[in-house]
Amino acid sequence: MNEDILTRVQSNPKFKELVHKRTRLGWQLSILMLAIYYGFILVLAFAPNVLGASLSGGTTTVGIPVGIFIIISAFVLTGIYVRKANTEFDQLNQQIVEDAKQ
Amino acid sequence: MKSWMKTLCATALTGLPALALAAGAFEGDVTKQATNWHAIIMFFLFVAFTMGITYWASRRTRSASDFYTAGGGITGFQNGLAIAGDYMSAASFLGISAMVFDKGYDGLIYSIGFLVGWPVILFLVAERLRNLGKFTFADVASYRLQQTPVRTFAATGTLVVVALYLIAQMVGAGKLIQLLFGMSYSSAVILVGVLMVMYVTFGGMLATTWVQIIKAIILLGGASFMAFMVLATVGFSPEMMFQKAVAIHAKGAEIMAPGKADPIDSISLGLALMFGTAGLPHILMRFFTVSDAKEARKSVFYATGFIGYFYILTFIIGFGAIMLLLEQPSMMETVVKNGKEVTQLIGGSNMAAIHLANAVGGDLFLGFISAVAFATILAVVAGLALSGASAVSHDLYASVIKKGKANEADEIRVSKITTVVLGVVAILLGLLFEKQNIAFMVGLAFSIAASANFPVLFLSMFWKGLTTRGAVVGGFIGLISAVALIVMGPAVWVDVLKNETALFPYKNPAIFSITLAFVFTWLISVLDKSKSAVEEKAKFEAQFVRSMTGIGAAGASKH
Repeated sequence: MNEDILTRVQSNPKFKELVHKRTRLGWQLSILMLAIYYGFILVLAFAPNVLGASLSGGTTTVGIPVGIFIIISAFVLTGIYVRKANTEFDQLNQQIVEDAKQ
Repeated sequence: MKSWMKTLCATALTGLPALALAAGAFEGDVTKQATNWHAIIMFFLFVAFTMGITYWASRRTRSASDFYTAGGGITGFQNGLAIAGDYMSAASFLGISAMVFDKGYDGLIYSIGFLVGWPVILFLVAERLRNLGKFTFADVASYRLQQTPVRTFAATGTLVVVALYLIAQMVGAGKLIQLLFGMSYSSAVILVGVLMVMYVTFGGMLATTWVQIIKAIILLGGASFMAFMVLATVGFSPEMMFQKAVAIHAKGAEIMAPGKADPIDSISLGLALMFGTAGLPHILMRFFTVSDAKEARKSVFYATGFIGYFYILTFIIGFGAIMLLLEQPSMMETVVKNGKEVTQLIGGSNMAAIHLANAVGGDLFLGFISAVAFATILAVVAGLALSGASAVSHDLYASVIKKGKANEADEIRVSKITTVVLGVVAILLGLLFEKQNIAFMVGLAFSIAASANFPVLFLSMFWKGLTTRGAVVGGFIGLISAVALIVMGPAVWVDVLKNETALFPYKNPAIFSITLAFVFTWLISVLDKSKSAVEEKAKFEAQFVRSMTGIGAAGASKH
């Protein structure tokens, strides 16, 4: 990458917008995933009885839907990011690349 | 340290993640079983088919980019399946279903740990990695740093991780095949080594990826069928399945709840699983096989879906095994362990999924699932070998020795020679470690990936202040501390070296070794006032722009 392109991209307000949006979403979702997982680990470590309690009186415990929820949440969060990145962010990125060529 | 942590340690944990066949039954002596012809025939069908693919791939593999990254022409969906295939190893399949069979809920906890690293890889690492790298993760780590020291470090990290994994896989393969096929240990190890070398040297990344994709599809298909048949026996009511399992299992209602765990060890395990995944060289290299950042993102999305689905299946399979196998006297055997008579599943708990295949689908399906388990190992070792070969040819030979002036044909030749050498070494180590307790090896590999490769890779992309000195010193401190703490911990000091008490109390050193690596990488970088450090920091802006926009990134090659 030559200096010209570099300065052109860096001074492009769209680039700042892209960096801001993408970085923010990335960290937000990461923190959410970490909070869900380490929240789960902390409950396991300090209050395992919560997960071992019966769900609505049957044999199935609270831990089963919680576990399934975490698995599904991982999938859903990646879906949210990919949707946003592959449409909105990529469009913005495309414009930045075009602008840089001129 | 009790309950589920203990199981992890005793079985898969120390052979932590996905890819090892670390679990209990494969550690000790296993009895050779009667020759299983269904399994052998189906396995050879798989080999014949994948050899056909390798031949096809070999005709399309010309350039270095073809060899290392399949020309960058793999789609996001295909790559998602291949990544999932790397993760859905024989250890995940047999080991996690065995854990559910033994402990119930704790098996689910364990599999969740494997899964949650993936979203974080996507959000923070995947697209930057794709935009900056070409063939190996060292391309990214050394992007603005000095090539020789950083690539030497990255290649060391890669080769150590690959070697530990390969040993675990080879020993696991030998024992598994003795159990499943009734072949001898040494012939199984040699067979795996030879096939691995053939896939990689002739077919490169294209063949390695397709072998992994095919395996992933048949494994997902087989596991889906088993889970379906299990649920069918209880009228598709999970509550009914849990009731029956609790009524039969010796631990009763305990299998529905988590066991007690040491908080430090649990958190440390979580860190090793999450960040180890983001530091495994054979996983990272898959991000270079797709055409751009968009496809890289899609790969992780599909991979997360497939892996999550697979773990739900193994949970059902584990409970199905409790329901359908525990009350079958024909499935049980009595063995003497530590001087006590124990009644267990024939071949141990790791065989739960295999016996269940027989129970729900008869001999033919048993053969199918056995063949799938073996195919799984083959696909995983091929990926490992390719990753190790790239580290030697691309990082050490082309960049360090030839200073980036190697010609492509020579580089590919070095890669192929390395693959053959790795195959021979893997076979020898497999034979050498037959009687050793190798349960700690994959755990060690994961800890090293999390403590050495990941911090350097992460900081190189996210922190302007990283310098060569900081990366190399911090990375090696992470590597050495992970090794030292595991050796001094219960997994090696007590279980392998037979000392009374461990010098270091935790099974999982990741929380300490990762912290050490980050702190030292930061400290040495901050203290580094050299001229090159100033230049390296100045190059960050250009790197950042490329990592964000993909301008200048390696694209897909056209055939």
